[in-house]
Amino acid sequence: MVVGSTELLHLLEKIADRIEENKEYLTELDLAIGDADHGLNMDRGFQAVKARFGGWSTQTPSQILKGVGSTLVSTVGGASGPLYGTAFLSMGQAIDGKERIASEDLLPLAEAAIAGIIKRGKASAGDKTMLDTILPVRDALSSLLYGGEADAGAAIAKAAREGMESTKPLLALKGRASFLKERSIGHIDPGAASACLIIEAAVDFLREHA
Amino acid sequence: MVSLVIISHSAKIAEGVKEMADQMTGGAVPIVSCGGFEGGLGTDEERIRAGIQAVYSPDGVLILLDLGSAVLTAESVLETLSDSEREKIAIADAPLLEGALFSSVEASIGSPLSKVKEVAEQAAFFRKLETGNS
Repeated sequence: MVVGSTELLHLLEKIADRIEENKEYLTELDLAIGDADHGLNMDRGFQAVKARFGGWSTQTPSQILKGVGSTLVSTVGGASGPLYGTAFLSMGQAIDGKERIASEDLLPLAEAAIAGIIKRGKASAGDKTMLDTILPVRDALSSLLYGGEADAGAAIAKAAREGMESTKPLLALKGRASFLKERSIGHIDPGAASACLIIEAAVDFLREHA
Repeated sequence: MVSLVIISHSAKIAEGVKEMADQMTGGAVPIVSCGGFEGGLGTDEERIRAGIQAVYSPDGVLILLDLGSAVLTAESVLETLSDSEREKIAIADAPLLEGALFSSVEASIGSPLSKVKEVAEQAAFFRKLETGNS
């Protein structure tokens, strides 16, 4: 797998499309345990990302990821803006100076995204947040390094989906959902769901093109 | 004099908090309200950045905010400032309205940022009923 700037922009476009297609789904999840704006906010952020592609075509993958981060911070309008924004900024910093993203960069990228999200949101595993999707993906990437998985993409997508599903029985400890206390149990966390959509879109793209 | 930045998901709340604090201080303390996002509820990074710049003073800036993305967005903005600017800016872990009222009065008498922040945070313990039987 090798991803240069052109492929990265295509990948980001797939992510934006996936978020747009699932805008209502994310908002429904957020209506149950939050403030019903997650789909709208994420779509606004990723459409703004798409609108800036023209200015990014000559930039490195690192610069593009940082551009995505600052765009999300300024255009999402909810907590997911600074959270995903910091994740993308941190990923950009993790591959500073590289012209291409290779398979061995994926684990450091995941680690950087997680560190950024934790720095900004102060959440831990099991708090019913996007981290519950992303931490298992990091673990899947890390075990892939030790070998022999026939379909790495499937393993990563499975980890993301199971991570997202794992938020359903959890009591929310962060964000608006935590106001609901026990009533947050039984619902998938919207942030865990958007993280799953982003990872699945990225995996689908990489399987086809990289 | 320390200035205040009021951040809320709601433009009306931020503006209303500023209105009450302005009344308490006779407008002596620079206060900027940064509320809402694109005509609705939310937090606007650019408005917060511009608000901080509008009232920035070497005496210090105290940020008062409601919750969630207001905190995360304010922290994101602060990270992009220079170290010398950032050390003059503090976020109060305080109730928005009461914190703004108490701290604006404290700022108006020329107290340093650390004291203005402390007073804002003490507002969390302000009792409204003398008996305490609420």
